[in-house]
Amino acid sequence: MENTLFTITVFSENTVGLLNQITIIFTRRALNIETLSVSPSAINGIHKFTITLYTTLDMVEKVVQQIDKRVDILKSYYNTDEGLVFQEIALYKVATEKLLALGSIEKLIRNHHIHILEMNENFVVFEKTGHYDETQQLFEELSESVGVLQFIRSGRVAITKSKVERLSDMLESMRKFEKNE
Amino acid sequence: METKTKMTGAQAFMHSIVNEGVDTIFGYPGGAIMPVFDALYDFDKQINHILTRHEQGATHAAQGYARVSGKVGVCLVTSGPAATNAITGIGDALMDSTPMVVITGQVSASLLGTDAFQEIDVVGITQPITKWAYQIRRAEDIAWAVARAFYIARSGRPGPVVLDFAKNAQLAEIEFEYKPCTYIRSYMPVPEVNPEQIELAAELINQAKKPFALVGQGVILSNAEKELVAFLEKADIPAASTLLGLSAMSSDFRLNKGFLGMHGNVGPNMKTNECDVLIAIGMRFDDRVTGDLKTYAKQAKIVHLDIDPSEIGKNVKPDAPVLGSALETLPALTQLIHKATHTEWIDSFKEFEKMEFDKVIQREVHPTSGEITMGEVIHKVSEATFNNAVLVTDVGQNQMMAARYFNYSQTRSMVTSGGLGTMGFGLPAAIGAKMGAPERTVCVFCGDGGFQMTIQELGTIMQEQIGVKMIILNNHFLGMVRQWQEMFFEERYSFTKMQNPDFIAIAKAYRIDGTEVHVREELDAAIADMLKDDKPYLLVVNVEMNGMVFPMIPTGASVNNILLGD
Repeated sequence: MENTLFTITVFSENTVGLLNQITIIFTRRALNIETLSVSPSAINGIHKFTITLYTTLDMVEKVVQQIDKRVDILKSYYNTDEGLVFQEIALYKVATEKLLALGSIEKLIRNHHIHILEMNENFVVFEKTGHYDETQQLFEELSESVGVLQFIRSGRVAITKSKVERLSDMLESMRKFEKNE
Repeated sequence: METKTKMTGAQAFMHSIVNEGVDTIFGYPGGAIMPVFDALYDFDKQINHILTRHEQGATHAAQGYARVSGKVGVCLVTSGPAATNAITGIGDALMDSTPMVVITGQVSASLLGTDAFQEIDVVGITQPITKWAYQIRRAEDIAWAVARAFYIARSGRPGPVVLDFAKNAQLAEIEFEYKPCTYIRSYMPVPEVNPEQIELAAELINQAKKPFALVGQGVILSNAEKELVAFLEKADIPAASTLLGLSAMSSDFRLNKGFLGMHGNVGPNMKTNECDVLIAIGMRFDDRVTGDLKTYAKQAKIVHLDIDPSEIGKNVKPDAPVLGSALETLPALTQLIHKATHTEWIDSFKEFEKMEFDKVIQREVHPTSGEITMGEVIHKVSEATFNNAVLVTDVGQNQMMAARYFNYSQTRSMVTSGGLGTMGFGLPAAIGAKMGAPERTVCVFCGDGGFQMTIQELGTIMQEQIGVKMIILNNHFLGMVRQWQEMFFEERYSFTKMQNPDFIAIAKAYRIDGTEVHVREELDAAIADMLKDDKPYLLVVNVEMNGMVFPMIPTGASVNNILLGD
């Protein structure tokens, strides 16, 4: 089976050791995590993990089941890029002197929709959001023209295109259950 | 206990486990758990603590206890090396879905992460091999954590839970109040039965001309033995057991066709690849059962009943998955299936039964000359206990022979390390089994290798006078490895020959009675002597050195590619 880039979304309780509970599932199957981003979700007390990895459909199905099985995990599911609106953010630090030597940077800024976060006599920090190939393309262009002093790219964040909101549905059924208890 | 009372964390812990119905603990004291052991001192009326001789022994004993009684096994050990010693039993309990709560002492919260004496990252180490691992750092969390631990361990697909109990929390004073846990919002232990899944499964079964059922431990864990029989009888479905499913059906049940897998019976393995509908009930299609998945039951429609959604499609993709507890799904299915008879199909097992008897069983179980065989010892012990005993095994040839030739008349009568295959499991597990079913005869079969891995538990048996019947099948070899070396490694017997101690003399040092048997003529009398009372007893039987377990499906071969050793 062919390897595809999958995005796994995990909603969990916010407890100590949660990340380890998730990563051990990947380690055991010798799966490499491409990107990982973790933050509090829209629901108070619940954390959201967005994990990307290259693997087979069969494997990602099993991995999601194994994650879901952990006691402190509320919900886990996977998507391919087609099912998602997703974004990454990248920061680029370049030397001011070299940038000025280019003459005009208007075209560069316009073409890449760059935000400038900081500018002083020593360096300039660009910010670009986009898909991996977009942030990568700017990195390559800058490397070639002025050199990049520092570069950082975030993990993917993603929102599903599906009409079903799996976590809110689940929370709704939980609330019903809790009332019945 | 509804009212709030002031007490220490250690006392609160004891009250909590008593609230969970704990009356037996297997443990070993040490520095970081001493306040709990001190509190235990005052609970001698409510709780029977068994001092094992090693923490691994405590975990296997707790497993044996849980497996025969259906209750949660409890281990209480200290930090650091005690916790790492417990790892094997925790991993074993996860693989074999055994409800267990292991409490490890931990250094005070203020010392965590400082490499304090006997500090180790217990939660980090045990997360991959537990259902839940939690560190109690504050006395206020004790009641909550204990309630949650027992709920998680026993609910749904059972498994081990670790509570890592920091010493400061054991010592602190708190207002204690206990509430059992019945619900965790992120945890759905028993999936709701889906009527559509039941209907689809029933439809497949109703169309079947050659249905065949595989019975796993899920039937026992969900107490669905009667429901299983009703299901099988209504549609006249032959069935066979996985290693851990053994004793779910009594051995003489008409539709029980025996034991599945690598060393299982010929009929069930062959019929797996001949049936038209394969109904897997509470089993996980382990590789020792399926052999080569690419050729496994390809002709059949697969119905898979399981409580754990992650088992559905993990190894074998079912045509009809049925999620839920077998206690609910089996009766629902029984209601929808038609009465049927499959006489011809069931009779077709006989040809294989005869073949297996002629080529394997005759020689192994009923030899008339030559050295004593493993199979005949097991058969004789089973008969001498009227097939009523609890069987405990170690791992290896002794285990497979016992699985093949021991018979059962009631459920929860087979305790073995299936998934992890832990040598050294047998002896301590037998201690736990006897504690869990004190009125029953408990027979443990070990090889000479495995017995020596946890031989120190003879001390526990001596101190507590636990009436386990220990049988060492002594072939002076690590027999199963020797068998593989003979079959697959050109008879290169690399480090499998063992020089053994005088086991009877060792037993004697522990004041345990025993006999050693060398020839067939002595065997019956020795077994009778062993079973004459309810005291611990060691029977050492010197069996043929080059005994082999057959039939055998080599690793990775198809289930119908069976070697008979003839």
